[in-house]
Amino acid sequence: MSRYLARRLLQMIPLVFGLSVIIFLVLALAPGDPVDLLIFGNPQIRPEDVVRLKHFYGLDQPMYLRYFKWLGAAVLHGDLGYSRTYKTPVFSLIGARVSNSLWLTIPAFFLALLVAVPVGIYSALHQYSARDYAATFLTFFGVSIPVFWFGIMMIYLFAVWHPWSAISALAWLRLPAGGFASSGVSEGVAVYADRIQYMILPVIVLSLLFMAGYTRFTRSSMLEVVRQDYVRTARAKGLETRVVINKHALKNAMIPLVTIIALSVPGLFAGAPLTETVFGWPGIGQLLVTSVQGADFAVAQGIIMVLAGLVIVFNLLADVAYALLDPRIRYD
Amino acid sequence: MAVIAERGLVVKSPPSEGYWRIAWGRLKRHRVAMVGGGIVGVFILIAIFAGSLTPYAFDQIDLYKRKAAPSLAHPLGTDELGHDVLTRLLYAGRISLTVGFSAAAAAVLLGTLVGGIAGFHGGWKDNALMRFTDIMFSIPDLPILIIIARYLGGSVLGIVLVISAFAWMGVARLVRGELLKLRQQDFAEAARAIGASDTRILARHLVPNALAPVIVSATLTVGGAILTEAGLSFLGIGIQPPTPSWGNMLQNAQDFIWTTPWLAVWPGVMIFLTVLCFNFFGDGLRDALDPRLKI
Repeated sequence: MSRYLARRLLQMIPLVFGLSVIIFLVLALAPGDPVDLLIFGNPQIRPEDVVRLKHFYGLDQPMYLRYFKWLGAAVLHGDLGYSRTYKTPVFSLIGARVSNSLWLTIPAFFLALLVAVPVGIYSALHQYSARDYAATFLTFFGVSIPVFWFGIMMIYLFAVWHPWSAISALAWLRLPAGGFASSGVSEGVAVYADRIQYMILPVIVLSLLFMAGYTRFTRSSMLEVVRQDYVRTARAKGLETRVVINKHALKNAMIPLVTIIALSVPGLFAGAPLTETVFGWPGIGQLLVTSVQGADFAVAQGIIMVLAGLVIVFNLLADVAYALLDPRIRYD
Repeated sequence: MAVIAERGLVVKSPPSEGYWRIAWGRLKRHRVAMVGGGIVGVFILIAIFAGSLTPYAFDQIDLYKRKAAPSLAHPLGTDELGHDVLTRLLYAGRISLTVGFSAAAAAVLLGTLVGGIAGFHGGWKDNALMRFTDIMFSIPDLPILIIIARYLGGSVLGIVLVISAFAWMGVARLVRGELLKLRQQDFAEAARAIGASDTRILARHLVPNALAPVIVSATLTVGGAILTEAGLSFLGIGIQPPTPSWGNMLQNAQDFIWTTPWLAVWPGVMIFLTVLCFNFFGDGLRDALDPRLKI
């Protein structure tokens, strides 16, 4: 087991390096660095100032030097650079925003799993039943709908139109059209209570997306397991179906699901750029979009670097989890 | 199927149907898939003939009729700049479908290459390539796409390249799986035993048999590509106005949701319907080609 882990770790190292080089190059090679933008905004700028600024930001150094300086700063000091737009260090900016994103993605994730896993299992066990068809149909919908449009439609339904308000008993069901917090609420529990009303729609939108994917996956994984010989043997032995499922089939069907879940975690931290933009939720996804639109490269680079790190770590964790759950892998 | 009568008489049976003909027959019976395929076909036709179907150009504006409600002259109304929504919707179909198809094609090519090398050679190449594919799978694609699209985006070609860079992994895995399975079959071993070269085995025996899952995967990738393009265009990093795309038609729709909500409805409905129908068709295709396929 430790040899397996060691092997996986070793395989990761060239990957980490490769990823960091790619990330750095993608942004460093892009036409138009921050100083060029300054020039564009202020054509009167003097050539000496341009040279001085470029030197100050280290933009006139050869690429490989800039790469190592950036890598060193990021890894050794946790210094991911400085945001031009927000005038704060990138690291603290990301830190603040990540927790906002997690407020959306974690509830959506759990809600999705809560619904998807039972529905997927039921669907697999009762294949070709009416409910299975209904569930499969719905997953098609969930997978085909554009997230941002769904969000806009939800906003329209719950914040703008809300036709049910004609019934006075239901008039309370109105949700804000986006945003994060109401003004005037800034302390203590009230902040969290207030945030919930802003959270409901984006969480629902996001979780429906996750739900469709996970339902499909659970269903197909369960279907595969149930066809296996050992399940047939268990049934032949006379065990009742419930026992067969719970004792034998479920555990094996869950293995790929656990792997998928572990690999989804970096996605949770990546926020949901589209959903956050539609609902005006100040999370990491929205930060990425605005920083790319505003050419604030330090922020974009920092976010991607953090994401890449998370991807690597959770890939390793997924490997470990898989090896722990499925002993067959260890003797590969 | 030969019918062997009791006295040993063998009645000649009609020649058995080919694989593709059987599959086509199965597909035709799958009603949902055929409806989906039909709708997609209609959309494709509309996209090709968009020019002849509408009296306006897609960038033609009528400043006196901005944000007009649906009327006879403008069946779906006008947007905030005075464009006819229906016209832009149809032209946008052209762009979105083109991007979807091209990106899926590029992704399939890329994925077949990677999966092919991995599945055919096995060994360390297989390990390394699959590891790479797994990592690419787990990278949240939208953030990276957002960054790359900023520089390569704007043009259709750029968007296609960007999207296909993150869409090839499923195909690669599939192709590799199929090749691994096929390599061990008797016909492949027999071919090698009589001295067929690698290329010949690959081209003549393995690839034709591995085609079925690739086709299904390609169909399903188109839907994803359309969604991704719409998302990027919505954020302003994909297809740039005035070229219409279903995504960028929704860009400003949210701001006008209080006054002219219909602007937000139609582009999204088109995206949704197109992707849904592609998915239905792909699903039917998969069932038709081999119900046992586990994609």
